[in-house]
Amino acid sequence: MSGKSLFEKVWEDHVVIPETEDTPAVFYIDLHIIHEVTTPQAFNMLRETGLPVAHPDQILATMDHSTPTVPVENLEESLDAVSDPEPAKQIRAMVKNCEDFGIELHGFGSEHRGIVHVIGPEIGATQPGKTIVCGDSHSSTHGAFGAMGFGIGATMVGHVLATQCLLMRKPKSMAVNISGEFKPGVGAKDLILALIGKIGVDGGTGHVIEYRGETIRNLNMEERMTICNMTIEAGAGAGMIAPDDTTIEYLRGREKVPQGADWDSAVERWLALASDPDATYDKQVDFDVSELEPQVTYGTNPGMVVPISKRVPNPGDNLSFKKSIQYMQVEADKPMLGTKVDVVFVGSCTNSRMTDLRAVAKILDGNKVADSVRMLIVPGSEAVKKKAEQEGLHIIFTAAGAEWREAGCSMCLGMNSDKLGKGQLCVSTSNRNFEGRQGPGGRTVLASPETAAASAIAGVIADPREILGELHDQANGKVN
Amino acid sequence: MEKITQLTSATIVLAIDDVDTDQIVPARFLTTTEREGIGAALFADWRLDKDGNEIADFPLNAPEARNRKILVAGRNFGCGSSREHAPWAIHDFGIRAIISSEIADIFRNNSLNNGLLPVVVDESTHQWLLSNPGAEVTVDLEACEVRLPEGKTVSFAIEPFARHCIMEGIDQMGFLLQSRDNIEAFENNRPWNPSLNV
Repeated sequence: MSGKSLFEKVWEDHVVIPETEDTPAVFYIDLHIIHEVTTPQAFNMLRETGLPVAHPDQILATMDHSTPTVPVENLEESLDAVSDPEPAKQIRAMVKNCEDFGIELHGFGSEHRGIVHVIGPEIGATQPGKTIVCGDSHSSTHGAFGAMGFGIGATMVGHVLATQCLLMRKPKSMAVNISGEFKPGVGAKDLILALIGKIGVDGGTGHVIEYRGETIRNLNMEERMTICNMTIEAGAGAGMIAPDDTTIEYLRGREKVPQGADWDSAVERWLALASDPDATYDKQVDFDVSELEPQVTYGTNPGMVVPISKRVPNPGDNLSFKKSIQYMQVEADKPMLGTKVDVVFVGSCTNSRMTDLRAVAKILDGNKVADSVRMLIVPGSEAVKKKAEQEGLHIIFTAAGAEWREAGCSMCLGMNSDKLGKGQLCVSTSNRNFEGRQGPGGRTVLASPETAAASAIAGVIADPREILGELHDQANGKVN
Repeated sequence: MEKITQLTSATIVLAIDDVDTDQIVPARFLTTTEREGIGAALFADWRLDKDGNEIADFPLNAPEARNRKILVAGRNFGCGSSREHAPWAIHDFGIRAIISSEIADIFRNNSLNNGLLPVVVDESTHQWLLSNPGAEVTVDLEACEVRLPEGKTVSFAIEPFARHCIMEGIDQMGFLLQSRDNIEAFENNRPWNPSLNV
């Protein structure tokens, strides 16, 4: 018998009733993260059926999607002034729902408020071996810790609220083996974009992905989160990375992790989750990053991506492809490099953490955002905001002419007041370049924080390696 | 929930691949706290112009599309976000089955929870359906078959318990609630406690 993979170990630890031919498994959920957008209908269902919330102490609640990010002294008091009425109503419904059902809410004024997938890890609620769900598809982010995180709809949010369980069939497994060393100016975001380009936006459908290999081991937790976050863009519900010393060091001392002797036994349990050497997978993909360039998307899904020095492919007769590049006002056989940019957005559950903000600050330091560009920098949480300000990053951002905002999902998804105008092109560190994702008629180019920052300065899509001096040095033979 | 055992309808064809849930219901409509009324947002940016008038050549706007129950969609339909508003809106329009060569995982689960049948067929059947809008098709949930004109029949796979629930018109919560004793036993026997209060 072969060994078990990380995913299989976590799966088996959470089966309450095994699946049969007729019925799916009853599958236990350790942590339920909730926000204002995908829960109101679930709470309504509980009210209609008279069911209580099974475990309020296993729920992490916050507000992020429809919250304004306008920098004001007190968001709660200023809500009506800086938000549209519908989102404000939804935010207040969240406050009431949490009160009615006895759930602690990290709302306005809480030092823990922020994007669901940023605060879970930040407070140590996200831990190896946990099953974590949220009414948000980017719940795959938590897999960076060796947890099994995945997104669910409102009905299933109701199931977890009422029973702490879901009905599930065991997904298939897929290993993505990553090798090679990144070149300067290239990183986790470029890797995940290129991988989605390679396997396709449905390449992982029906599977849980495990990212493996030395390249992954050398990444910090925030970079690992960027990769796991976008797993859903390849169609896989969850993406996981085995816990190691980097994971343990990140979690050590965080508020919600086990303390004292419990910490030691937790660490032992967590490190044992790594896949056995003889574990098998339903599918394997190999990916080498040695020659990887910064990546930019040109179309309307994250798989429509090119290395920044290359040209947009030619669609031939593919109608979906043609429709997509027509929407983007992009031409086949032309490069994306040099395309005029209207807005640059740094933020979202993909790239709004300290690693991202420091990378952006490094490029913006001493430079100016082009006059024609609006640049928003939106920290993923109150804690990220505070830390960035302690490091003085906000001074670099504002001196360069960027807007430094309050924590939230912001312009990732156009459901708060941060939206693109019709036809505007945005280089965005977020995760989805779908039509109208950042506002009706808006055009999104997904890229790394470095590429976003370089493009903000240039006013056009730009290669961050130039500003980082790497291309110049290479041309002069200073670097290998 | 309404019971479904069999559906017969002419098809509506949306021959675009990778239709994401942001197209099915754009995020700006997700600020509602209700289940009702989402249908108005269905494909808002493809179905309606900026003044709210219907765009004539969008397939769902064809007058004959109003009474049709089966949508044939391009590959990887429903990718993207977990918003259940997407199947709610499609259901509100009157559609009860989506046929494609691939349907995204979260959307498929959400559909099954709302009496909307996700039907995945082989490539050649899919191509034929995409090329023949308005074809009279039967989706037989009891036999797990799609019956095409001229007697051709193809089978499809569907999660057996979700199928049972849709055929009986019941939701899946009942099964979970019946399992409460097992869940409690599981919780009492765990080697560690997932509570955030420890």
